[in-house]
Amino acid sequence: MDEGYLEKFLSLFDEYDVLAAFWVNIQLSLYAAVIALVIGTVLAVMRISPVPSLRWAGATYVTLLRNTPLTIIIVFCVLGLWGQLGLTLSSDFQTNFFRLAVLGLAVYHAAFVCEALRSGVNTVPVGQAEAARAIGLGFWSAARLVILPQAFRGAVAPLGNVLIALIKNSTVAAAGSVAETSGLMRTMIEFRPDVIFAIFLTFAVGYVIIVVPVGLATTSLSRRLAVAR
Amino acid sequence: MRARRLAIALTAVAALTLGACSGGADEADDTADAGATETSDGGAEGTLRVGIKFDQPGLGYQDGSDYTGFDVAVAKYVAEKLGYGADQIEWVQAPSAQRETMLQNAQVDMIFATYSITDKRKEVVGFAGPYFVAGQDLLVAADDDSISGPEDLEGKNLCSVTGSTSAQRIKDEYATGTNLLEQPGYAECVTALVAGTVDAVTTDDIILAGLAAIPANEGKVKVVGNPFSEENYGVGLPKDSEVCEDVNAAITEMIEDGSWQEALDENVGASGYVPNDELNPPTVVACA
Repeated sequence: MDEGYLEKFLSLFDEYDVLAAFWVNIQLSLYAAVIALVIGTVLAVMRISPVPSLRWAGATYVTLLRNTPLTIIIVFCVLGLWGQLGLTLSSDFQTNFFRLAVLGLAVYHAAFVCEALRSGVNTVPVGQAEAARAIGLGFWSAARLVILPQAFRGAVAPLGNVLIALIKNSTVAAAGSVAETSGLMRTMIEFRPDVIFAIFLTFAVGYVIIVVPVGLATTSLSRRLAVAR
Repeated sequence: MRARRLAIALTAVAALTLGACSGGADEADDTADAGATETSDGGAEGTLRVGIKFDQPGLGYQDGSDYTGFDVAVAKYVAEKLGYGADQIEWVQAPSAQRETMLQNAQVDMIFATYSITDKRKEVVGFAGPYFVAGQDLLVAADDDSISGPEDLEGKNLCSVTGSTSAQRIKDEYATGTNLLEQPGYAECVTALVAGTVDAVTTDDIILAGLAAIPANEGKVKVVGNPFSEENYGVGLPKDSEVCEDVNAAITEMIEDGSWQEALDENVGASGYVPNDELNPPTVVACA
């Protein structure tokens, strides 16, 4: 690698705002993660509830969303929800796409959050639920006070995996007209094929920097929060 | 009796089909021979791997097992002049972002894929041609007369493909107040245009003409016809390729014998699009 190559590589960062693109992905991931956690928790409660129609609805949601490619969901958000049905989530043109992408990412990953939580529920011994019933708690109180707190602690590691997948999947938002890393990468390759490998490497390293701490944090958290049984 | 008659009919059909098939094969052989005799080195062996787009109607398009479009027609002509028969061409999909890498890694021998010649690209790959000069233009709804050029896009919604040069140019140079929708492909953009959520789609005029010419869009959209850039479509070759001059010679011949115009009319003519005649047909540039 000669000096000229290094100079060309560094000139990329003057031409393109790589950090801003990564910041968009981080924002997408954060908003989508919060919403997905809420929807996913509701779904998990539905799937363990004693009401058959709720269980059925929850299972249908998870099966449908989990088996639909994310790109299709995001493109549907733009071409279907906004394009055909006229759904606008913001009066600002670009913010609208950002929110549609957050929506798409959230509903997709909610299915995986639900499954992670259900795996957490499976770590809670059946005796706990029976004991909760025995002291006179209804389903909702038992779930809220006894089962879910333990389920969350048992599901930290799988939830962390969902978050990591979500961060990387946020690149799909490029399909929904959000100016983020994968879109910027395509632009950079289009204009600067002379440093194509350096471009790939930049984004690969960028994701490693974001994702590795998440992995380390959830692993250590899952150890510290694990319920000793 | 009925069953026997059916059997006879089926046999007849089968025989006819076989006949037609063998006829086709003969034709293919003929062209291969013709190609071989025309080149000085007595025809080429093996296959020629040609990179094209698979998803650009009118230019490079995969239609079942067939490949159609203007890029494909030029590629076939050039391949024949290099001594490769139609059955010796292997079509390879060359998406925009992968073109340089495919040439550098010798995954393809040449690329005909709306490949604009630029200085940055010349640093890593070679180019023959140009075989066509396109210009950036706009595709609008057939009944929309309010847009006649990029300046009219102020405050309107514009669709282009993620990572393409074209939309950013409009935002930077013509109308800063344009709302930009980026989609994975032009098909999605045309969908949004037909649905009325965007007012225009932008990219090179010949690509737009190809989109406008497909039956599903005919009569619904039109190319504005006011190109505002110059894109020289070249044949992508590995750097310092030996066949560059031969490719240039073939392109020149194709333009001179009229096949070039024929291929253009056949593939994008249905949209009513006429290429910029000041720049077309282009004169090939000597290989560096």
